[in-house]
Amino acid sequence: MGVATAPIQLRLAPAPPKLVVDRVSKEFVTKRRDVHALDDVSLEVADGEFICIVGPSGCGKSTLLDIMAGLTKPDAGKILSKGERVKGPGRDRLVMFQEPALFPWLDVFGNVMFGLKLTPNLSQAERKERAQHFLHMVGLEAFARANVHELSGGMKQRVALARSLAPDPDILLMDEPFAALDAITREQLYDDIQRIWQDTRKTIVFVTHNVREAVCLGDRVILMSPRPGRIRKEFTIALPRPRDINGIELARHASEIARALKETVVLEGPQ
Amino acid sequence: MKRAAIAALFFACLVALWSLAVASGRWSAVLLPSPEQVADYLWGALRDGTILQATLVTTKRLLIGYVAGVALGLPLGLLMSASQWAEDTIGALALGFQTLPSVCWVPLALIWFGQTEGAMLFVVIMGTVGSVMIATDLGARSIPPIYARAARTMGSEGFHKWTRVVLPASLPFLVSGMKQGWAFAWRSLMAAEIYVTILTGFGLGHLLHYGRELNAMDQVIGIMLVIVVIGLVADRILFSPWERFMHERWGTGHA
Repeated sequence: MGVATAPIQLRLAPAPPKLVVDRVSKEFVTKRRDVHALDDVSLEVADGEFICIVGPSGCGKSTLLDIMAGLTKPDAGKILSKGERVKGPGRDRLVMFQEPALFPWLDVFGNVMFGLKLTPNLSQAERKERAQHFLHMVGLEAFARANVHELSGGMKQRVALARSLAPDPDILLMDEPFAALDAITREQLYDDIQRIWQDTRKTIVFVTHNVREAVCLGDRVILMSPRPGRIRKEFTIALPRPRDINGIELARHASEIARALKETVVLEGPQ
Repeated sequence: MKRAAIAALFFACLVALWSLAVASGRWSAVLLPSPEQVADYLWGALRDGTILQATLVTTKRLLIGYVAGVALGLPLGLLMSASQWAEDTIGALALGFQTLPSVCWVPLALIWFGQTEGAMLFVVIMGTVGSVMIATDLGARSIPPIYARAARTMGSEGFHKWTRVVLPASLPFLVSGMKQGWAFAWRSLMAAEIYVTILTGFGLGHLLHYGRELNAMDQVIGIMLVIVVIGLVADRILFSPWERFMHERWGTGHA
């Protein structure tokens, strides 16, 4: 800790975008009213980039993530993953949810193996080795045989992280994964996720309503506004890594974004 | 240890009460045999092989019928959970089967199959299949949607999804449904055996029936005890391992 190891040069080379969101719109029709969840949203995520999407509740950020994952179909527009059109869920884009979504009928190791067993071109020994490797990475190798209910909330999310990383997806999609955790656990996970990101160079799209969290983790922070869900503003965060959630520089960036966030809410009105 | 001692004491007291009742002479020995008489009968029937033979016949019918009932009920239950049409049609049918006491199938089975093993199996299957279907359907519908979403993103679809996600996720419902199915199968088989004499094999139900005909209450009570013991042993062998696995994994049962 304390040593800024970010090899920034790596990300200077202009690589083709890993993920493209191209003019995506989505409307939810309910009995009471139609909700314009997303309106003409476009976004590019570069290889190895850590992107955070923030916005007030109802701005469509989780819907956008679902569409990226292929769990929801957009009404208009398309998603390209490595240049190919996304038609449904795929192993190239794994999702980590707000709830850990671990399977209670499997132990910790079995949960990490679940996605690996569906990954082709791996021998059983390689799968086990990788499961072990990623459990080690999240610091839970000693809990491989533990049952899910025996873990704390933070440990469950670590297992979920290992499970999503193990099949080596191109993109990791994270939907407010730390929102249900207490502050101390969360701060520890900020350190872990930064370390893991620097080790694996995964492309990450991270959805949150916590501005500080977004500034702490993201290369870029995308601000969305609700009704209809649109991208309002984009901020590049050039702070050195690893970042401390309580850092002064970080707080300055965060307050700037928080102000912009407040404007979007005032602009749109409370309802 | 202490719990076992308390349980043993409780049952010893029951037997003592029974002996007292017999000793009081208020009831004729034909109606109420003494514990010793029942023990005598059981000992004799064990030695001449009557009980073993009847138990084999009965458990064979029960196991075949039950396995067939589960093999039918499980996929049908999954189908019900996956399709609203199936739910509205065969689901309603399953509910009807479950409401109907399974002994009501006996007259029909007799006419259709005659006094054959087929009639026995038919009654057991009809008793089992409804509750297994309903439990499977309920279990599969009660799975938190987040499991299905997570599994989908990892590429679990079709057969893999059904066998590796839906079935294990609904295990708590499945086990209770299978237990209920087992209880129904057991009850319906006993009813059928008491009702129908089949020359291909005398089961425990037949022994009960002949005990009544011969006014041999020691036989009737002895066989009832055997039936209770078999039920308890089956529960231990068939369901306890699943329940233990479930409690351990889900962290339930320690409330």
